[in-house]
Amino acid sequence: MNEDVLTPADEREAAEIVAAAEAPFDIVGAGTRAGFGRPAQCGRRLSTAKLTGIVFHEPAEMTLRARAGTPLAAVEAALEQHGQMLPFEPMDPRVLFGTQGEPTVGGLIATALAGPRRLSAGAVRDNVLGLKFVNGRGEIISTGGRVTKNVTGLDLVKIHCGAQGTLGLVTEATLKLLPAPRAEATIVVRRLDDARGVEAMARALGSPYGVSGAATIHAGMGREFPRTLLRVEGFEDSVAYRTERLIALLSEFGAKHALTDDKSRRMWRAIRDVEFLAEPGERAIWRASLKPSDAPAALAALGSHARTSLLDHGGGLVWFSTDPTLEIATAVRGALRSFSGHVELIRADETLRRSADVFSPLAPALARLTRGVKASLDPKDLFNPGRMYADL
Amino acid sequence: MSQIAFPEPDPKILARADTIRAALHALLPAECVVIDEAGRRAFETDALTAYRRLPLAVVLPRTSEEVAIALRFCREQGVNIIPRGAGTSLAGGAVPQEDAIVVGLSKMNRILEINYADRYARVEAGVTNLAISEAVAADGFFYAPDPSSQLACTIGGNIANNSGGAHCLKYGVTSNNLMGVRLVTFEGDIVDIGGPAPDADGLDLLGLVCGGEGQLGVVTEAWVRILPLAEGARPVLFGFDSAEDASRCVAAIIGSGIVPVAMEYMDKLAIEITENFAHAGYPLDVEAMLIIESEGSAQEIDAELKRILDIARAHNVRVVRESMSAMESAQIWKGRKSAFGATGRIADYICMDGTVPTGQLPEALRRVAQICAEEGLRVANVFHAGDGNMHPLILYNVNDPAEEEKAERAGARVLMMSVELGGCLTGEHGVGIEKRDLMSKQFSPAEIAQQKRVRAVFDPDGRFNPAKVFPLEARAT
Repeated sequence: MNEDVLTPADEREAAEIVAAAEAPFDIVGAGTRAGFGRPAQCGRRLSTAKLTGIVFHEPAEMTLRARAGTPLAAVEAALEQHGQMLPFEPMDPRVLFGTQGEPTVGGLIATALAGPRRLSAGAVRDNVLGLKFVNGRGEIISTGGRVTKNVTGLDLVKIHCGAQGTLGLVTEATLKLLPAPRAEATIVVRRLDDARGVEAMARALGSPYGVSGAATIHAGMGREFPRTLLRVEGFEDSVAYRTERLIALLSEFGAKHALTDDKSRRMWRAIRDVEFLAEPGERAIWRASLKPSDAPAALAALGSHARTSLLDHGGGLVWFSTDPTLEIATAVRGALRSFSGHVELIRADETLRRSADVFSPLAPALARLTRGVKASLDPKDLFNPGRMYADL
Repeated sequence: MSQIAFPEPDPKILARADTIRAALHALLPAECVVIDEAGRRAFETDALTAYRRLPLAVVLPRTSEEVAIALRFCREQGVNIIPRGAGTSLAGGAVPQEDAIVVGLSKMNRILEINYADRYARVEAGVTNLAISEAVAADGFFYAPDPSSQLACTIGGNIANNSGGAHCLKYGVTSNNLMGVRLVTFEGDIVDIGGPAPDADGLDLLGLVCGGEGQLGVVTEAWVRILPLAEGARPVLFGFDSAEDASRCVAAIIGSGIVPVAMEYMDKLAIEITENFAHAGYPLDVEAMLIIESEGSAQEIDAELKRILDIARAHNVRVVRESMSAMESAQIWKGRKSAFGATGRIADYICMDGTVPTGQLPEALRRVAQICAEEGLRVANVFHAGDGNMHPLILYNVNDPAEEEKAERAGARVLMMSVELGGCLTGEHGVGIEKRDLMSKQFSPAEIAQQKRVRAVFDPDGRFNPAKVFPLEARAT
């Protein structure tokens, strides 16, 4: 296998490489999410390692533009100086994938894995204002911009978010920011079964108290009983007030106390990174996006296939681990087929990722549109072929 | 106005007009087809009323299946299609042509499902924006995007234009509150993209459809997010002696870590016009006014407003007036939301919609004033300051062709300025026909061609809303 790595020094050189290319590439950043998606198969890699640097950070406009290879750590350090943050709470993929190195902006866009705050602050696609990318013709294309309200022309920003790098080489992203909360608290409710846990989360999320995290950690991951967790963030006085109101609202579920600041932060970091499911490392990890109220039935349908599990996004996101076999992967898809939503195989060994569906199979009309969009951006099939679906 | 060109209608279609109308009658129930001239007249324009074209026919389907029948027919016959909600587009997004069939969604106006546990509503595309919030208000919920036309405009139109409103600083625009659509494609397939689960599957096709200006298909149903209403909300008026102070105050508030639910800007002329109409108690002796709304419990609002007031004082605020009752709050917002209508009572105007980075607001306001002064026209500024989405209303006399030309030229110069300052041509109204020919100021030929290639995946024959969004001369691929 040819192990070439092409490392363009800038966007222009990247465009020249793509324009001249006759064989496909696997796009790579720092490789911290390398276990996600169907396996890379090109041998030849196109790296964003030299496309680095923050282009601008405008704190008063709550925007930041960075090149794709910029480490997230550098972005976060710049934001911290101004008391700001990325709204969607991106996970640290190294915990789940057991990888080294510094996750990059490009990887964030390609995988679009939003953390717990997706509930109140939106997904990755909701917080990317603009992108620059090299399309399959080797043209540098700018889409979106740096302002939050922009409906000029066809928006090609969101389509890249979560596309696993199959539509182009993203070289630059403009991100929307939020002020980092001054304080936070987490209300803990113990020993609720799945149905009651989801009900408690729905009650909290239907309240006016601005819940920015709603998760249930099942028993067996460091505790003998499940814990349902609800987070509020903001200015100190407001957090104190809303914590008190939520405890009162959830008193019938047994809500009594709250974790504050550092303890709360550590808890949500662990949920964000799905730390509870990471070990043992050979297990397959899945992520199902469902109607929150379907989560208890979905877990029941998975039965003993789900070895460990975690509910985030009020139940709308079910993380679970299984034994890493094709039989079980097939059974998982079968068990969840009747629910609205979709299921992604986030982590598994190469063999399983090659043989099982990593993303939910698409309905025929959607598959036709999906293939069309891919061809319209990447007509020579140069970028990450086969990463999402066997024929895409 | 006569500046915007329309392509010549296809003579072959016009020659077959009666046959096409008769065939539509045979395909769809009589109540769903409008062919008489008086009936069609009601669909000849939208809120860009200077441009009118009588459509070949109008269909008003009651179901997605009827939409599919109409679209399959149009494809077979090679007829253009103009999807239409309530026709409130300010950019000519729903202006038809003589060789096109309007597909109006007005009969599809039911709310199909409200699910509080999962916080979404499934609605037909012809439901008005406000009807969704009204249907869930008693249970303490609302639908967040709130364009000024929300009483009339439909969710289908909002999706086509990715509409915003006054409160998107906190809650986002339509795309951030849309979970899925049912789309009827050019082939007449009925496809669900996204749905009641929080994230859509595969490629984010929903992100293309929302804001696609009706060029990717006809949206017939939508899953929209509903959110819990805040405990309370209170708008406060802040009056300043200079535009500069007011706009720097906006940047300072955001820079300090506060994101109020809304921050609206009005200049002296806009204040006068709306105050005469809405009697909202706006201060008449200031150069610029901000309406800043804070949400939460009474104590939370007090605390946030105190922080905001400290910043406003540092920016030389002269008048501060806090709403003391729900009625006063309603008056304050009524004034703001009727700003366009009130302006229309005193003069003809064109409304621009460019966005600039908020740090450029002082410069942008200076340049808008200068451009309009050079053209000898009056301008009223009323806009969403928190996100830099400007709405200069350029006043002119529609019966004076020379003045009309000046107004259109001033408008174009203002939009080019928005792009120059790092912003964009349109923040929430859409490109439509109005800004179509300015697209090349913001995008390179390669970028326009790329957008068109993606569009062509959904509509290879270019039948949906033709001659819009993309410059006419660049249409051939």
